[in-house]
Amino acid sequence: MAASLREYRARIKSTESTKKITRAMELIAASRIIKAQQRAQAAAPYARELTRAVSAVASYSNVDHALITEPEKSNHASILLVASDRGLAGAYSSSVIKETERLIERLRDEGKTEVSLYVSGRKAESYFKFRNRVIVKTWAGHSDQPNFDVAREMADTLIEAFVAEEGEHEHATHEVHVVYTRFKSMLVQEPVALRLLPLEVVEDDSPPAPEDVLPLYEFEPSAAEVLDSLLPKYVQSRVFFALLQAAASELAARQKAMKSATDNAEELIKKFTRIANQARQAGITQEISEIVGGVNALADATAASE
Amino acid sequence: MSDDVLNVELVAADRLVWSGQAQRVIARTTEGDVGIMPNHAPVLSILVDGVVDVLTTDDETWVAAIDSGFISVANNRVSILSDNAEMAHDIDLEQARQELARAQDAGGSDDQAEAAVRRAEARIRAAERAS
Repeated sequence: MAASLREYRARIKSTESTKKITRAMELIAASRIIKAQQRAQAAAPYARELTRAVSAVASYSNVDHALITEPEKSNHASILLVASDRGLAGAYSSSVIKETERLIERLRDEGKTEVSLYVSGRKAESYFKFRNRVIVKTWAGHSDQPNFDVAREMADTLIEAFVAEEGEHEHATHEVHVVYTRFKSMLVQEPVALRLLPLEVVEDDSPPAPEDVLPLYEFEPSAAEVLDSLLPKYVQSRVFFALLQAAASELAARQKAMKSATDNAEELIKKFTRIANQARQAGITQEISEIVGGVNALADATAASE
Repeated sequence: MSDDVLNVELVAADRLVWSGQAQRVIARTTEGDVGIMPNHAPVLSILVDGVVDVLTTDDETWVAAIDSGFISVANNRVSILSDNAEMAHDIDLEQARQELARAQDAGGSDDQAEAAVRRAEARIRAAERAS
């Protein structure tokens, strides 16, 4: 009995240290979420101005650009998957990977013979590597603190593959999708799949409110050249937005997972303490009954001899 | 008076670098330097690596170094967008000089090396103008 009491005490101790670790991770994630949200907010003015400028060019000029024209045939798609570098974030990585698998399935049903994968985050990379799936390019090491340079590199890689002619580029593609986790609230994050390229520039047909009317811009040097420099930036900003959203979602998912881990550890400690107390009490009771039994036996023996 | 003031926003990809009211903005486009005064016609133009010069309504001059980006002017609202933008007073001149030397030493005649040199030069110009 005493041995198992010691066992329970050891388990309580190890659960307590686990709890300390998960608690620390929960607090770290909580403090980083605020920073991640601030970063997402700080990036908003750039995206807003860029969207305005792109729609201005699109509405006031009839320029065609490679990035906004629908390809005639489309049998090769590419997917950029944004997942996390580290685990311990609940179902965060697996749900975004599942969404990717669904998208791949759908694209194949639509008749895309080839689907290329671009992956951000070690977790997703190891998932596909383990299954011997081909990954065209991976980025890692920035999933909870993305910077714009990484977003630019990703966007440039994808644009290059998109604009290349068949045969010119190893992974020439007709459309590009991006899968990331949208941060809806601290409690809800949902994986989403969006088509990144060709860009869909929304041209609103309904009469806009007077303050939203876009002025008649002059373009320097020309509308085509302005569009040519704007659209890649727009793609970069979209990728950056996806990375920021994914980072905030990752931290929120990690905080939630670590919170329930801490709660579970607390439950376990409570349960083990009860069992340990019970074991200790059982030991004491047994000792008492042994002593009482022994005394009784002695008393009986003396009574019999007299 | 309120009609004759430019509302300027200098925006980098990851943050709003500066916003405020100004009398005049000078920026370098692919076609050359442009000066924007209040009531300028709407224009959208591409900027090259260089210096942006803003004269505020308080007669102060702000200088910033930017990477290539673009400027949009409409209804006295000026937005300058760039991947990277830095106010001149945040630039360490000594460090910027070292970076230029490094960029030049690295040599190479490809676009990337040239862009690095141009960027370093722009930062030094901005820092020198401010000091």
